[in-house]
Amino acid sequence: MEWLNQLSLFLQTSVQMGTPILLGTLGCIMNEKVGHTNLGVEGMMLMGAIMGFITGVNTGNPVLAILASGLAGALLALVYAVITVTFLGNHVVTGLVLTIFGTGLSSFAGQSYTQSNLPESVTKPLASLDLPLVSDIPILGNMLFNQSIYVYISILCAILLFIYMKFTKPGLCMRMIGENPAAADASGINITAYKYIHICTGGFLCGMGGAYLSLVFVPRWQEELTAGMGWIAVALVIFATWDPLKAIFGAYLFGAMRALGLKIQNLKIPLFGHEVTIASQFLDMIPYIMTIVVLIIITLRKKKEYQAPASLGLSYFREDR
Amino acid sequence: MDEICVKLEGICKSFGSVVANNNINFDVRSGEIHALLGENGSGKSTLMNILSGIYNPDAGHIELFSKRVSFASPKDSIKAGIGMVHQHFKLVDVLTAKENIIANGCDRLTDGFFTSGKAMTARINEIEQKYGLVLDPDKKIYNMSVSEKQTCEILKVLCRGAKILILDEPTAVLTPQEIRVLFEILRNMKRQGCSIIIITHKLAEVLEISDRCTILRRGQSIKTLNTAETDARELTELMVGRPISLDIERVPIEREKLKPILNVKDLTVRGGEGLNALDRVSFDLSGGEILGVAGIAGSGQKELCEAIAGLERVAGGDIIFKGSSILRLTPRDIIRRGITMSFVPEDRLGMGLVASMSIIDNVLLKSYQNMPGIFMNRTEGRRIADDIIERFDISTPSPYHIVSKLSGGNIQKVLLGREINLNPDLLITAYPVRGLDIGASYNIYDMLNEQKRKGVAILFIGEDLDVLLGLCDRIMVLHAGKVMGIVDADKATKEELGLMMLGHAENGRLKG
Amino acid sequence: MLKIQKKQGLTHKQEVILRISTIMIALIAAGLIMAVLGYNPFTMYSKLIKGALGSKYNFTSTITKCIPLLILSLGVSIAFKMKFWNIGAEGQFYMGAFGATWVWLALPDLPAIVMLPLMLLTALVFGGIWALIPALLKHKLGTSETLVTLMMNYIAIKWVTYLQYGPWKDPAEKNMPKIFKFTENSTLPKLFGVHIGWIIALVLVVLIYVMMKYTKFGFEISVLGENAQTARYAGMNVTRTLILAVLLSGGICGLAGVIQATGNEGRLAADISAGLGFTAIITAWLAKLSAPMILVTSFLFAVLLQGGAYLQVAMQIPASVSGVIQGIILFFVLASEFFTNYKIVVCKPEVND
Repeated sequence: MEWLNQLSLFLQTSVQMGTPILLGTLGCIMNEKVGHTNLGVEGMMLMGAIMGFITGVNTGNPVLAILASGLAGALLALVYAVITVTFLGNHVVTGLVLTIFGTGLSSFAGQSYTQSNLPESVTKPLASLDLPLVSDIPILGNMLFNQSIYVYISILCAILLFIYMKFTKPGLCMRMIGENPAAADASGINITAYKYIHICTGGFLCGMGGAYLSLVFVPRWQEELTAGMGWIAVALVIFATWDPLKAIFGAYLFGAMRALGLKIQNLKIPLFGHEVTIASQFLDMIPYIMTIVVLIIITLRKKKEYQAPASLGLSYFREDR
Repeated sequence: MDEICVKLEGICKSFGSVVANNNINFDVRSGEIHALLGENGSGKSTLMNILSGIYNPDAGHIELFSKRVSFASPKDSIKAGIGMVHQHFKLVDVLTAKENIIANGCDRLTDGFFTSGKAMTARINEIEQKYGLVLDPDKKIYNMSVSEKQTCEILKVLCRGAKILILDEPTAVLTPQEIRVLFEILRNMKRQGCSIIIITHKLAEVLEISDRCTILRRGQSIKTLNTAETDARELTELMVGRPISLDIERVPIEREKLKPILNVKDLTVRGGEGLNALDRVSFDLSGGEILGVAGIAGSGQKELCEAIAGLERVAGGDIIFKGSSILRLTPRDIIRRGITMSFVPEDRLGMGLVASMSIIDNVLLKSYQNMPGIFMNRTEGRRIADDIIERFDISTPSPYHIVSKLSGGNIQKVLLGREINLNPDLLITAYPVRGLDIGASYNIYDMLNEQKRKGVAILFIGEDLDVLLGLCDRIMVLHAGKVMGIVDADKATKEELGLMMLGHAENGRLKG
Repeated sequence: MLKIQKKQGLTHKQEVILRISTIMIALIAAGLIMAVLGYNPFTMYSKLIKGALGSKYNFTSTITKCIPLLILSLGVSIAFKMKFWNIGAEGQFYMGAFGATWVWLALPDLPAIVMLPLMLLTALVFGGIWALIPALLKHKLGTSETLVTLMMNYIAIKWVTYLQYGPWKDPAEKNMPKIFKFTENSTLPKLFGVHIGWIIALVLVVLIYVMMKYTKFGFEISVLGENAQTARYAGMNVTRTLILAVLLSGGICGLAGVIQATGNEGRLAADISAGLGFTAIITAWLAKLSAPMILVTSFLFAVLLQGGAYLQVAMQIPASVSGVIQGIILFFVLASEFFTNYKIVVCKPEVND
């Protein structure tokens, strides 16, 4: 039953690979729902990864490490918010700069940490739980019950965000701002405050997403650790049609693609008696291609509820006429 | 009853170099309907946006019930019991009416953190009954008609418990019948003790509904009057600042001399959701004649213009221009084949002109194609621009000036000037006076009448029924893409047109 | 209390003052941060300048860094003028380089005089087609080009990685997988110590400037960018203009790819752009899409990149610091845009009487 075991481990890895993407996606959803395209996810994730790692190495406290990673992401998001919300800067360009800045700063800050290891006081509480009995369930056991607490936290975040968006008044206001800030403003919603809070909270989640890699998955620091996961997160927002619950499945699906690419260098498929080899790079391409396909499908479906927030990418100034 | 509930004193507000409000004084009594009257650009909306906290005044102050207040944001104004129904509705399309209403009061988290749908439905029903409103709270905004959206806006304000209501041009998009319903609701609200400020530039409505009215002109408050003691003539004079004839000149036509220019037969255009945006529309238009088109917004006017101009895909029927079919010709074909047709679209800066470009580039927008070579001939453009500026008396610092920085009237003159300069046989104009002040509007009417005298066939899409009745020779009424009838303007009445706009055919029968 | 007000645009002089003071403030801010981190900012800036412009060798390196950035920015600017948010310069760059390399591998024995033009032309076509795909998706279906171009970057990079690790791997390279090295007939010649990409770049600056400003095609691109409705109304052939402009935009980015590969790197690899395709978006945007200004901004960025690389040698500051300084300067510049259209006024609190 070796292949069963393999499959079970593969599913487990898929979820693990999907976790940073999921947190990044949730952060990005919060940005986009208040009308801001933030292409700085990659930068925020990297900053989260390094700051979480540095804090973990120096304090040995996992909670502080996670908090620090979130705060690093939120701080970077704050810069983005100041420029795009208060100074009405161009969202796309600011986001790109945020990524350049975050990438540079993270490798700068992390230069003396490339050889460091996390103390056990950090790695142990974050290690996979391996719950007795249930984790031995064939195929699904490892995926569902043999994960780090970090994974469960990320799922909880997604569910909370879903409830927030769907059932609460502030969540409704948030959606209103993304759709029509002028209407939200006329309704007496404090747009600036909402935007700042949601963009920074989004940054917090992105930072946490990055730190999952440096604290749990790898768990070490190396330059550009996230390796493009931030961009996948941006894409996944569309894939999930701005829905946090769909984002969970999307993230794990994309995680599976990456896991597949990592696990096997070359996928060999028997076809008509020949053995066809698929290079891992083609597997790596799949998430990007799938995103394009999904993008096309949602544009074709034209259902209003599945479209991007109507004012996405536009700056709002109350006295503009 | 005579207690002053709102008082604005010495309000000033500028946008860049434009002074929108200049030392305005204005007050409203409890339980009255107060009309705020003025031409486009006289500062009415700016003043009300200040009262609703959207704009910050540069100077001056606001008093509510004799207490000095200052609004840093709309939230403060809402808390003070002021509600505004904006001309461009502030609704979120993908949400339902109920969600829009909930979001509207959601800063009051004391009522609970979660959106409680059932409680809100009950509250909406209660208010609907109290004031005589009708609306399904679970309907999505994008499925609503204009008047339903307006009802939703009013509900929004009432649910918040507003006692002072501001309505910005509420009747601009409604039919006469819908206006009557709206006025009934306003009277109900007045009976319940609300104070209502209604912004408009339609005199008849002011006289019908308001108790008092204040006139603004060029950013200044001119006078406040008791409506019962005034008449349309006095109000116009106060608005425009000089005596003005309200009659639009109609150039008489000689029927026997008319030569047919445009012949539209069974024109059909597909719209969204399986409906026809235009459904077998047929009419004739001759040189030297103005044919008006009336209808509720979105009844197919836009599609009609664009189908003739080659911008809209036609599903059936035929368009004959001077004897030959121009069906399925693109605008490019029309320009290149030298078909003498001009089109002044509804959205001036969104379609007719390029807002961020100079007057020169804008006058070249159509004619550059017929110039030789791969380079733009801006010397020629300069010549044409100077010509148009002089001929139509456009006030601009230079022909290199960016179009969007001109005033509304001058922008329209650039557009109309360019189109008339092409010496068309057919001139299609969609809402050519929308947003212009009275002086500029009359300018435009004169320009159209001059073209009519020259023998140009003019299709005039209008919204103000008085203007349509005054200017046009015949009026075609559209409802949901169908022609309800074509009537002679000198015999028709507003009520008749209003009924046709609502879907009753010419003889009063309801037509599917 | 502070309030934001809208104001009339700036005069030319005010704008120049604003730009210069912004960059000064940004440099001071970046300097402060470096000082906090324990580096002397004055030494750092002087070394940075020295590293970029101080010697003939350094200056040549700066120019070499400038060439691909300049060409990429020019390419992006055409699409941006049309409000086609092509952030796929990176991908078009690689596809251009890929196409050219393919030609060389297929016909290795052509003389340089035939080979090089053929490679450049192929790059133009390949880059253009890579950009055309998202353009057609947008035109026919309305799909957001920003995300499609972004995704296609990664597809292109993965594709080149595949070639590098697979079919085009040079067996002579023992350590890292590398693609075959260009031979002499497929390497751009040098003039004044820099490969002739700089001449191509300068010619492109002039051509694009003239095209955008004085030709009918440039006019059509601008109108289409402002408003597609207006373009249709004015009888422009929207599809044709869109396709041609996007082909040109992507093609020029592809050109940058082949020039970088054969002129500078000597071989195609999956990391030869080092994110320049994204930096180009910023330089083009900062230059307000005007070709002569793009020349300026690209050069300044090249100075920053080369200077940053030099700092690593001179002061043991990691090269990543240039990303940090770039970021800080750009944050300030982005925020300063605000002051061209708005002003902040201090209003005294009202005295209640």
